Amino acid sequence: MQLSLQARERLFGYTLLTPCLLFVIIFAFYPILYSFYLSLHKIILSLPQLGQPFSGLDNYSALFQDRIALHSLRNTLIFVFFTTVFEILLGLVIALIINRQFRGRGLVRAAVLIPWAVPTVVASQMWRFIFNDKYGLANFLLFGSDTSAYSAWLANPVTAFAAIMIADVWKTSSFAGLLILAGLQVIPEDLYEAAQIDGASRWQQFRRITLPLVKPAILIALLFRTMDAFRVFDLVFVMTQGGPADATNVLQFYGYKKIFAEGLMGYGSTISVLVFFISLLISIIYIRVIGTGLFKE
Amino acid sequence: MNRVLFYIITFTFVTLSILPFLWFVDTSLKSPLEITAIPPVLIPSGTLSSYSSAVKEYNLLHFIRNSFIVASSTTAVTLLISIIAGYSLSRLRIKYKGIIMGSLLIVSMFPQISIAGPVWKIMLHLGWLNSYQGLILPYVTLTLPLGVWVMASFFRELPRELEEASRVDGCSHIQTLFKIMVPLAAPGVFTAAILVFIYAWNEFFFALLVMTQQTFQTLPVGIALFQGQYTLPWGEIAAASTVATVPLVVIVFIFQKKIVRGLSAGAVK
Repeated sequence: MQLSLQARERLFGYTLLTPCLLFVIIFAFYPILYSFYLSLHKIILSLPQLGQPFSGLDNYSALFQDRIALHSLRNTLIFVFFTTVFEILLGLVIALIINRQFRGRGLVRAAVLIPWAVPTVVASQMWRFIFNDKYGLANFLLFGSDTSAYSAWLANPVTAFAAIMIADVWKTSSFAGLLILAGLQVIPEDLYEAAQIDGASRWQQFRRITLPLVKPAILIALLFRTMDAFRVFDLVFVMTQGGPADATNVLQFYGYKKIFAEGLMGYGSTISVLVFFISLLISIIYIRVIGTGLFKE
Repeated sequence: MNRVLFYIITFTFVTLSILPFLWFVDTSLKSPLEITAIPPVLIPSGTLSSYSSAVKEYNLLHFIRNSFIVASSTTAVTLLISIIAGYSLSRLRIKYKGIIMGSLLIVSMFPQISIAGPVWKIMLHLGWLNSYQGLILPYVTLTLPLGVWVMASFFRELPRELEEASRVDGCSHIQTLFKIMVPLAAPGVFTAAILVFIYAWNEFFFALLVMTQQTFQTLPVGIALFQGQYTLPWGEIAAASTVATVPLVVIVFIFQKKIVRGLSAGAVK
């Protein structure tokens, strides 16, 4: 059989894509559907003799009455909001710094990249140590050697939550900064020169040139940070285990606990499905705002 | 004035970025007494006892070995698949490119918990819990979006003429790809390799699920689960953390330009 040149190229193209698509289908798309299937069944890992009886939407009605689940959802949203706001603001400053020409820029760039490279588990242990109640650096910096004033940061609902957010902002602001930097680098230099000739102040240049032109990059950074903050797990697992009294529990950690610690595979899967749909919704909203340019090649 | 302000801000950011981690490195070089001292000891006695204890009592070398095997295998497999997929998506005339790139983006973004139960069940079924492939396969899937996006963005920048010349000279598609295109996109391959390796080296969630036995656990799992008899072994935790992080810090210092380029090119974590 003689195929046209274009048909052969197409066939070759799809062949090259096959391994990639197989991986994604088997280990990503199929598991999502499977999670949905599991969520409609009663499955308790420690009681295999129960089998997998179909239970309809029972798990979902239980989910919406589960106060800890709703609390975890609330915590997750608060976490996402505060961390992304700070990360974008600090990321913008980082991007503005490393976009400038100055001596030692390479070193500065590498230095601010370090938190990004530090494994999240390491960052979690590090901040857990800094917030330690007896000999943590946070206590010493605030209260000196007056140990009676020392606070158990991670045992208090409010400060434990704040500690986790501080750790996340420390870890990922530079990543947001890099994405914003990509946007800064495409702004043509002559725009600033023209503005300078017209007598625009630095602040005016920032407001009227930099901000509008870097907006798409900021939105992309916002998208990535939101989705990443939404799946926060390592920090919570290491620093607080969701405590004290679920004050720092978040959806991904709660789902993990239900499925793997308590063995409630069916019920826990409702959280998997819920989390998937919320994150899909968020990304659709963002992509709408950003525009479809991201997908056009 | 403006200049001074700029340097103050820069200095603040640099300090805040590196100081917390340096403090942990500092801690790893202290004796147990120095770790709990108040006021804190700034200059450690430089003992390596935490390191030797982490190796002897907490199997640190084991974790390093597992992490290295998993991260380097993931990198190799992901790169091979990303190169051919990225080439196809950037240089060949095929349909549904947008949809494929978009689905990859979605895969890179959805929370791991949404696939955790099923992936665990698949591995249980295959008998691959507590095996290297049990972790490598999910990692390849999760790093493919990054790999493909980076490779596609590098291939896209190469001039068309090279490919055409090679085709005219009678090279097949596959020869053109591996003999002409891949060597030209070598910086991209390298950038993708760094990013994928760092991802696999740092990943914790799936490692926690798949590796339930200590013999197969990777560094992040080991570090997260370090447990002393009465108190937390902070010296050992700090030592293991330092060992887990220093290679990455070295990579960042040497290759920061490539990393910045890669992260912003793919704009995918």
